[in-house]
Amino acid sequence: MTQSIAKILIWIAALSTIVVMVLILFQILREGLPILQLRFFLESPRSMGREGGILSTMIGTIALTVVAIIFATPLGVGTAIFLREYTRERKISRIIRFGTDCLAGVPSIIFGLFGFVFFVIHLNMGWSILSGGLTLAAMILPTIICTTEEAIKTIPYSYREVSYSLGGTKWQTVTHAILPNALPGIFTGIILSVGRSIGETAAVILTAGSSLVMPTSLFSPIRTMAVHFYILAREGISMEMAYGTGATLILLVLMINTIAQWLINRYIRHRT
Amino acid sequence: MDQGSKIVIKDFNFYYDSVQALMNINLHIRPNEIFTLFGPARSGKTTLLKSLNRLTDLIFGARHTGTILLDGKDIYEPRLSLTQLRRRVGIVFDLPTPLPMSIFDNVAYGPKLSGKTKKCLNEMVEKALTSAVLWDEVKDRLHTSALRLSGGQQQRLCIARILALEPEVVLLDEPCSGLDPVSTANIEETLIQLKKDYTIILVPHNIQQASRVADQAGFFLSGELVEEGSVYQIFTKPREKQTEDYITGRFG
Amino acid sequence: MMVEIKEKIIEKMLLLIAFSSISILALIAIFIFGEGLPLIWKIGPKAFILGERWVPSQGSFGILPMIFGSFWVTLGALLLGIPLGLACAIFLCEWTPPWAAMVLRPTMQLLAAIPSVIYGFWGLIVLVPLVRNYLGGPGLSILSGSMILGFMVLPTIISISEDSLRALPPSFKAGGLALGATHWQTIWRVLIPAARSGIVASIILGMGRAIGETMAMIMILGNAVKMPSSFLDSARTLTTNIGIEMGYASGEHRQALFATGVILFFIIMILNSSAIILSRRRMG
Repeated sequence: MTQSIAKILIWIAALSTIVVMVLILFQILREGLPILQLRFFLESPRSMGREGGILSTMIGTIALTVVAIIFATPLGVGTAIFLREYTRERKISRIIRFGTDCLAGVPSIIFGLFGFVFFVIHLNMGWSILSGGLTLAAMILPTIICTTEEAIKTIPYSYREVSYSLGGTKWQTVTHAILPNALPGIFTGIILSVGRSIGETAAVILTAGSSLVMPTSLFSPIRTMAVHFYILAREGISMEMAYGTGATLILLVLMINTIAQWLINRYIRHRT
Repeated sequence: MDQGSKIVIKDFNFYYDSVQALMNINLHIRPNEIFTLFGPARSGKTTLLKSLNRLTDLIFGARHTGTILLDGKDIYEPRLSLTQLRRRVGIVFDLPTPLPMSIFDNVAYGPKLSGKTKKCLNEMVEKALTSAVLWDEVKDRLHTSALRLSGGQQQRLCIARILALEPEVVLLDEPCSGLDPVSTANIEETLIQLKKDYTIILVPHNIQQASRVADQAGFFLSGELVEEGSVYQIFTKPREKQTEDYITGRFG
Repeated sequence: MMVEIKEKIIEKMLLLIAFSSISILALIAIFIFGEGLPLIWKIGPKAFILGERWVPSQGSFGILPMIFGSFWVTLGALLLGIPLGLACAIFLCEWTPPWAAMVLRPTMQLLAAIPSVIYGFWGLIVLVPLVRNYLGGPGLSILSGSMILGFMVLPTIISISEDSLRALPPSFKAGGLALGATHWQTIWRVLIPAARSGIVASIILGMGRAIGETMAMIMILGNAVKMPSSFLDSARTLTTNIGIEMGYASGEHRQALFATGVILFFIIMILNSSAIILSRRRMG
């Protein structure tokens, strides 16, 4: 008897999760998709966002994400290489991993506060693409470290043995035998981080500002799509524009997530 | 006796953490001959082989006492270049281990890492593949993946890989395990050819292979070198009872 | 020799790079504490943490209403998220016909990937009016916030609980069934207790995620700065307090927001460290 009740409840739980998810996506896409005409993407917001499109916010989002990836990838990949290839000492790895795990748990508002006081004020970069990008880089670092490590783990030990036995140095082994084969995994980590960066709001508002003007340099303040969406919705500026921006965000995230999953499946199959 | 030896192993003990794998090994290996290390499983043969090019350095907790001399020089001497040593003493493992790249890139891997220019690489690859008796079979598909070769071809590729570095010593750890008799015969034939230019140390798949191919032999049991001598002597008139028991199949 | 020197340099550089995550963590702590601690010291920790009045213009900086707000919203979120999450984890692990997994799993991944502002927006448009019309109050309430937040922490709870359940040796399940228990009884009495530490870790991490959520909560909670007295009240959390006022705060007011960040940082660090230690212990 309990078995049947339990089974029903569990099915209800699973189904309701799916249903709510569908409801959320459906609502925003239904209202937002009609707005996604070509000029929506080719014009910048006008009148505080009441009219026009989202061009400057798209540029801002791309710029921020690119900066974040440029800084986080070498740091993340380097850390992963160090952890897997250069150290056997358990103490150092444990400290580094603990730090990385903790960093992964820090809420975005804290990153926002940090980015504000450190990049915007202390290093005098002001609200800018650079400040926002560096802050985002710190946020995605744990993801890059984690996925790169996973990628390196799947590489058979024999590759290393062969490389060393053919006279390769440690660094040569890393660059010739390990990294080339870890690239799909590293790329997956980057894609996942892109997805995260696109949706990030709290940290970005406090570090990149919310200017709707098209950026001219790395030190220009910008507004990302997520921030634009938030401001439109909260200030009640334009439901239409909000839905359009929201739909764009959802579509982008859907696309990125699908690509990332496909990559994960493809190279996990590679492993087995 | 020492003067003519390519490799001299003196009072060599090897430990994995607290477990002793090799006990007081003393051995001379002469140049341009095939020396075979045979014995039951887990008697330290692979460990000795990997010590000869310090591949054991990769293992956490590996320690040793005693010396190994290559052409009279201690291989554990700190100022000695490890990468140089490994190019001079090449190793082929028991399972074929092609890298996931083209046949050409596999063979060119070692030379490329040691800084050879692109021009040299073509010649070196052809020469190495010829010595390993693989050139004719692959010369038309050098840039296809090495993973598509058969087991026997992959193993000959591994041999070509180290030959491309023009080593002096070639170590082979059960190179024919998992291969069919035809491939095995191919490789054994190759080894006999290679003897002219290289010193070869072979851990055989079975005793028959040892007696077919080698000149000198050493019997290993539980980390100790029980006896050594010419192949003829060891297999027909062994001095130690343990050797005789193993050869006649009383254990193993 | 040149080669050896180059290798040594590379090794040292990689060591430095490897400490970047720790360094960043340290920098975050240093700078946030640097801005916030002086204010806590000035007002006194007790007055700050237990103070019930937050009126920056008058120099009153008591964050108790926000602590309560965070507490109640998180509690509500967990009340929804834990049963739902566990159920889904069990579903994925034990009861799935393959086609159902193919639907539920991508749904979960999507759940985790959707930005929080989208959840906040949907909550604002759909949930808040529902609550207002059927249950009363402004609609912008702890109840609405909990429901959305509960949904948002699902991926965390589900994925880690599922991992813990899957990591159990198959012999546990076989043993349970062999003793004559039904499938459900085996799950409830054998598997879940065995996966206990992993499930608890997932809950703690979910808690951390809930406490740290900002944007969706700003949009849904209503942001009233008073001690909440019912689930239908509007409220502020520690995070929304910072998020809302940081845009225009200056001087002491700004320092007080950083001080809120200090408290938040402490709470999160304690939660996450416990979860990490629990997971490490589970991994043995």
